[in-house]
Amino acid sequence: MIWQQFISLAGSYPLALRGIGMTVVLSLISLVLGTLLGFGLGILRTGGNRLIASVIGAWVDLIRGTPFLVQIFLIFFILPEFGIELDAFTAGIIALTNLAACFICEIVAAGIRSVPTGQVEAALASGLSRWQRMRQVVLPQAMRIVLPPLVGQYVLLIKDSSVVSAIGLTDLTRVGWLVVQRVPNGLLVFFLVGVGYFIVCYPLIMLARRLERRMGAAHGEVQL
Amino acid sequence: MLENFSFRTIVEYLPLFGQGLVTTVWLSALSFVGALAVGIVLCAMNLQRGWLFRTPAKAYIDAVRATPLLAQLYFLYFGLPRLGFVLPELVVGILALSLNSGAYVAEIIRAGILSIPRGQVEASVASGMTYVQRMRLVVLPQAFKVTIPPLLGQAIVLVKDSALLSLISVAELTRAGQLLASDRFMPAEGFLTIAAFYLLLYYCLKGLATLSGRWLGTAGART
Repeated sequence: MIWQQFISLAGSYPLALRGIGMTVVLSLISLVLGTLLGFGLGILRTGGNRLIASVIGAWVDLIRGTPFLVQIFLIFFILPEFGIELDAFTAGIIALTNLAACFICEIVAAGIRSVPTGQVEAALASGLSRWQRMRQVVLPQAMRIVLPPLVGQYVLLIKDSSVVSAIGLTDLTRVGWLVVQRVPNGLLVFFLVGVGYFIVCYPLIMLARRLERRMGAAHGEVQL
Repeated sequence: MLENFSFRTIVEYLPLFGQGLVTTVWLSALSFVGALAVGIVLCAMNLQRGWLFRTPAKAYIDAVRATPLLAQLYFLYFGLPRLGFVLPELVVGILALSLNSGAYVAEIIRAGILSIPRGQVEASVASGMTYVQRMRLVVLPQAFKVTIPPLLGQAIVLVKDSALLSLISVAELTRAGQLLASDRFMPAEGFLTIAAFYLLLYYCLKGLATLSGRWLGTAGART
């Protein structure tokens, strides 16, 4: 009985590979795009222009206040009404990138705000340009605060990529859903799906914890 | 463009949205209570010295944090009947949300307890307090202050996560939007309306987090 199920499961490995591939590609593309966009938005958010900062703040709040599933539905079903034709893959990438960018924006902004004003004033006094100030003085110091939650955010992104299965993309979770229709053992199938995510996410969680400890130590904070 | 946007249809479907909103609110509230219970038990296990309780608690917390909620939800939805528990979708959903959020709540409470300076505990030991007295009179009242804002942050996450229950056809808010979208082919009306309702819940909880931070004299919640 259970043996037959294993054989049947082994038979669906091409599907599983496709699902893993889809999850990896989705996460990776939106991770890179989301990080770039998130850093840009985070710098703009703390850049001194009130209008830009409050527009970004409002957008981030909208994204943080609604479920990701609803955001995916909105992008997938409503952008076509504005004449932008999307396939499910593009919609998934847009939704994930947007989500990542918004959360990373807040992380980066918090990091930049944590840099003492004296540092910026000293950089100004040394005649560094705006760009030099950001790149050589502020960001390197902000990274200490930014890095641990950034890695944590990547874990959330990989996990959230499972939600795109709702618009029909065959990612790892969707593959589990498809396989369970043929092999009626939900415990086994979704245990294996969970293992797939765990292998990627757990090392990242460990890395985030490590970074947090190390960065805390670098700050001279006492560990209790 | 959205020139055909029909407010009339939204008004027509308002009772459905209302029901969905109410369902989302009470099932989230119930799941949050469940998550608190799961979290307190896990945290108590995790703070033990011996490995017997600690290892399973740590393993559970890591397993939950490293896998997506949707996979956990399907695990219970497709797995429980196999173990002989045929439960309604709603119960499976509340169970999944409680078990998932419980792991995060456990970490929040643990961080709160560990934030109490060691000297406080040592002083109460020196005063001859028992373990229970120490916890009840010294550690927990102080930890409570630190945990409330992040717990409210977790409540916000939980309300948003409850949208996933629509995928196992629980009749909550997102499901109401999907129904309007598929019945009348009006995705804009359906999904924009529920997004507005979720924002309403978000701002309520966020306001509560800010207020609690002010009352307790701690920084605002991070979501």
